[in-house]
Amino acid sequence: MASQTEDRCRSAAVMGAPRGLGSKGPKQGCVMLGAQAIVAALEAEGVDVVFGYPGGQALRIYDALFDSTQITHVLARHEQGAVHMADGYARSSGKPGVVVVTSGPGATNTVTGIATAYMDSVPLVVITGQVPRAVIGTDSFQESDIVGITMPVVKHSFLLQSVDELASTFREAFHIAVTGRPGPVLIDVPSDVAGASMTFEYADEVNLPSYKPTYRGNARQIRAACELIAQAARPLLVVGGGVGISEATPELERLIELAGIPAVTTLMGKGALAASHPMNLGPVGMHGAKYSNLAITECDLIIAAGARFSDRVTGRVDEFAPNAKVIHIDIDPAEIGKILPCAVPIVGDLKGVLAALVERLEKAAFAPRTDAWLKRIEAWRERYPFYHPNVGDAPEEIVPELVMKELSAQLDPNASIVVTEVGQHQMWANQFIDRECPRSFLSSGGLGTMGFGFPAAIGAAVANPAKAVVCVAGDGSFQMNSQEMATAAINGIPVKVMVMDNRCLGMVRQWQRLFYGERYSSTLLAPNPDFVKLADAYGWQGERVEDPTLVPAAIARMLAAPGPYLLDVAISREQNVYPMVAPGDALGEVIGAIDVAVGAVRLNMPEAPRNAAPAADAEEGDDE
Amino acid sequence: MMKSKHVLSILVENKPGVLSRVVGLISRRGFNIESLSVGPTEDVARSRITMVVTADPVAFEQITKQLNKLISVHKITDLTKGNAIERELALFKVDVTPERRNEIIEIANIFRANIVDVGHSSLTIEVTGDEAKIAGIEDLFRAYGIKDIVRTGLIAMSRNAKS
Repeated sequence: MASQTEDRCRSAAVMGAPRGLGSKGPKQGCVMLGAQAIVAALEAEGVDVVFGYPGGQALRIYDALFDSTQITHVLARHEQGAVHMADGYARSSGKPGVVVVTSGPGATNTVTGIATAYMDSVPLVVITGQVPRAVIGTDSFQESDIVGITMPVVKHSFLLQSVDELASTFREAFHIAVTGRPGPVLIDVPSDVAGASMTFEYADEVNLPSYKPTYRGNARQIRAACELIAQAARPLLVVGGGVGISEATPELERLIELAGIPAVTTLMGKGALAASHPMNLGPVGMHGAKYSNLAITECDLIIAAGARFSDRVTGRVDEFAPNAKVIHIDIDPAEIGKILPCAVPIVGDLKGVLAALVERLEKAAFAPRTDAWLKRIEAWRERYPFYHPNVGDAPEEIVPELVMKELSAQLDPNASIVVTEVGQHQMWANQFIDRECPRSFLSSGGLGTMGFGFPAAIGAAVANPAKAVVCVAGDGSFQMNSQEMATAAINGIPVKVMVMDNRCLGMVRQWQRLFYGERYSSTLLAPNPDFVKLADAYGWQGERVEDPTLVPAAIARMLAAPGPYLLDVAISREQNVYPMVAPGDALGEVIGAIDVAVGAVRLNMPEAPRNAAPAADAEEGDDE
Repeated sequence: MMKSKHVLSILVENKPGVLSRVVGLISRRGFNIESLSVGPTEDVARSRITMVVTADPVAFEQITKQLNKLISVHKITDLTKGNAIERELALFKVDVTPERRNEIIEIANIFRANIVDVGHSSLTIEVTGDEAKIAGIEDLFRAYGIKDIVRTGLIAMSRNAKS
């Protein structure tokens, strides 16, 4: 048993107990079929909604779901959509997302969704139907080895061998999904197990001797970290997705304010520190602000809080933060030292670790001495803004940066969730949409899954009926899962989709422009379908806007609409996302940052294409 | 960075698919497994995997951390540091005419190996030992012509505490 101190260190979300009645539920001790026990287990875990798609080997589970008064089933139009919905539900609520699909193609269609959740540490429980035990391995109809296929992208998986282990398997799956570093867990259920009779005995505890995440930071390392903080003249926090997952925002703010440490946010960390916080420098990395990247290059101490030094953040690793020592706090020990050498490793739950750092610094009557550092950063911030009206955009064209600013201004940051697809619009959203609280900005950071955003927005809207949920999409990404418009319409989910429509795969095209000699191979999407007619066909409202002066009113109409709404925003395909650090370059080598000291011009803009031949280091599979 | 050989002893759940999880993780992170052996332990619920991999220190640390994250992995011990007993069993089928059989038997005796099968023109020898011993006998047999070698893969156990 954990000591009381340890318990205090843990955020509620990591404890892993059933969120429902567990063993105290009304079905405890009843004789039922395996499929009914699956539903009873979901109820015991407090599940109120599952996303899925039925099929032959899932029929028994669906038959049992039909009787549940606690659980609503949201029928997706594609299994991939169902997983992204559960993912959006989980990211926006902190509760595990649950998916039910059938065997074979139903199961394989979940793979991209599971991999997306795995890369971004999202708790999911994915239940797949399987062919009966007796025919597993015989290539029977709709059989796939989904446990084998998903092995590299799950936190754990189970092939249910008998009803005897059904209840304990579900309890373990939910426990594993939400504790430690969260992640997707898959349970493969042969249909004859679902059809076997059993007595439902649900336990509240788990017996997993090989799974004991470390929650409490090592006291010696915390002391060492405080010493480094005390010595640092130019410290910087790198806020990652772990802060939101750990619900550590209050502790983070206390550390920032007590120690006078400015912070940058990764894509996954956006919202974990309020955009309005004066110490929040915002996005860092490939499309981060020049001032944030300068802060990285010039700082003498990095405190990485639940961030994993993705290559999209670091640029060239050997020139990343050349003057800095690193304190790395993460609940996953494998992330520490994976990319960067680390002076002080702290394995633990951020909430408790940050609280311990604050407590220790307070006891030592710590007084920050970062004024000079903060002044330098402030000067950079004024000199190199993300956007400036005098930068020379054509007045008759819609400027994507300004669309994002307008959307940001019209949203109530505490009553809205912004979800993005993947590509240029995602980076503009990260740069210009201000978020004030955790779990209010959802984006596929690790896997970069086009087609994630729209179904994830549906899931977020299901979990947060009182909030406005807006999916910022590209015309490419949106078409990857646009079939889910039916799901939103039929279930009355009032999700808003704002398509930044440049009739091309903008981010890939941007790379072709910059690194492939303007050879625009297969990036043109025109002629797109008429998105407004598509909206109409699904029973949505929708409109297209082409005149920049009409954008604010169009956004207002979208947000005011009672049901699902598509706003098709026409932008030029010549728009590129700046600033940018080319892949493989150091964070100091920024293209296209605005410098107001020389009259709001973009610096280091490529005159001609940078390389006539494909750059070797650009072969990274960016399919935005 | 210098690559070096590591002997890992991995205690895992004795369940279907666990070996696949362990091996899959190692191969997809770019490591080559040089030797692998799996067997039951004193506890029926657990199996032990002994694995030899070659990696630089940073990569080796990463691989053990990743393995530790697998829910099916109970414990990982690095038995490289010399404080372990290492054994492997090998079978050699050696070409030899009846007239020269005695030479092979003599070599086998020196290495405390056993002759386990005899044919018209070959002998099968079973040898147990650490890597150096097996490499030594293999080298001597090469002069006669080796038809076949089968090796179990290394197993290792930490030495008893001496104080």
